[in-house]
Amino acid sequence: MMWSWIPQNAAQIRQLTLESAYLGIAPALIGLLISLPLGIACSRWRWLYAPVLSATSVLYAVPSLALFIVLIPYTGLTDTTVIIALTLFSFCILVPGVVDGMRSVPDPVRQAATAMGFGTLRRLVQVELPIALPVVIAGLRVAMVSSISLASVGQLIGVSSLGYFIIDGYQRDFPTEIYVGAGLIIVLALVCDLLLVGLRRLLTPWRPGRSSGETKTVAPAPVPTPMVVAR
Amino acid sequence: MSFFSYAWSWLKQPQQWHGPEGIPVRILEQLGYSALALLVAALIAIPLGILIGHTGRGAVAVVNVANAWRAIPTLGLLVLLTLWLGFSVLAWLVPLVVLAIPAILVNVYEGVAGVDPELRDAARGMGMTPWQQIRKVEVPVAMPLIVLGLRTGAIFVVATATIAAYIGLGGLGRYIIDGLAENNYGEVAGGALFVVLLALAVQALFVGVRRVAVPKGLRLQGRSS
Repeated sequence: MMWSWIPQNAAQIRQLTLESAYLGIAPALIGLLISLPLGIACSRWRWLYAPVLSATSVLYAVPSLALFIVLIPYTGLTDTTVIIALTLFSFCILVPGVVDGMRSVPDPVRQAATAMGFGTLRRLVQVELPIALPVVIAGLRVAMVSSISLASVGQLIGVSSLGYFIIDGYQRDFPTEIYVGAGLIIVLALVCDLLLVGLRRLLTPWRPGRSSGETKTVAPAPVPTPMVVAR
Repeated sequence: MSFFSYAWSWLKQPQQWHGPEGIPVRILEQLGYSALALLVAALIAIPLGILIGHTGRGAVAVVNVANAWRAIPTLGLLVLLTLWLGFSVLAWLVPLVVLAIPAILVNVYEGVAGVDPELRDAARGMGMTPWQQIRKVEVPVAMPLIVLGLRTGAIFVVATATIAAYIGLGGLGRYIIDGLAENNYGEVAGGALFVVLLALAVQALFVGVRRVAVPKGLRLQGRSS
């Protein structure tokens, strides 16, 4: 480990960290935007869920590098290629999360909301989504951490991120660069993960904030695989 | 030109189908690496997952570690081990195994821990020893999730094996990495197409495994609910 390399290359480190954050966070958020309506639709019309789930589990099985390459003729060696591919993976992770979240809303709660005169839309926004939120955020955490880590594979098709340090360090036989690149990817992913945990606590103040309570209630939901077909 | 026309123009050339760098050999290589890695990962993760699910000890740690595990960049792990050890079996096998373990472990744990407590009580009430409870009740009931874990582990293994071509591993990833280096998009696309087909075939295989491995009683139950 050559510590002096870090300050000498501070500007590049900063720029590539931002690039990695962009390539990792954008797909998770776009994936969320797409999977929310689809997930809600799947929980409302149950027949829709089986085909959607099969499609997402097939798509999720495609290795990231292969998916990047399938997209190259259409979007080139650009950020867009990586973002589209990672958005698709995020989508595969998030759809089951949204559906499980919507299913975690107890029926009596739904009926109470209806009895109080809530229309479908208002019940969705004010009752169902807030209750589903912890499960949805659990899915979002998995999607975001995976995207940040997978974005580095984009370096193999020349899309820059912290993965640049991994490849460059390998080609120059200079481990310091790899430690910095891989280390920052892990730190970035864990920071984003913590931010999402914080966001969940902020948005669901009625739930116990302590981690013991959290693992008890959330644990069954974030099956960290998008393919819950087996159930 | 679309992805498929690039891939097709490459794979229709007869020389791609023969010799030590031909497509059949590469497919077998990829399957061999993946099967070995999945086997090692399963031998570690399945007993550990059953143990944690059965005793309930270390459950919180498993779920949290498995989440954090995803943050590890595949490429970084491959490249570092290669620099440390030189290119050897360990340099590619360790990353493949390490990345597959959490997916298997979490699902096996969740499957065993999720067994209905009444079933456990019944098994104990019938006089089963802890080992019999695990073998005759908990593992069969957890089988859908155990197979799911293996299937997810297989996804990670196949994906990582493809990337491992960068550090010199054979298999279908070779076409992608070599093609990129030579600016031969046809080869890259052909390789990617076979990687996708292989990944889908592995998924189909696990759908079959599930059909065989999951006890009939559970399947019937799943259908009626």
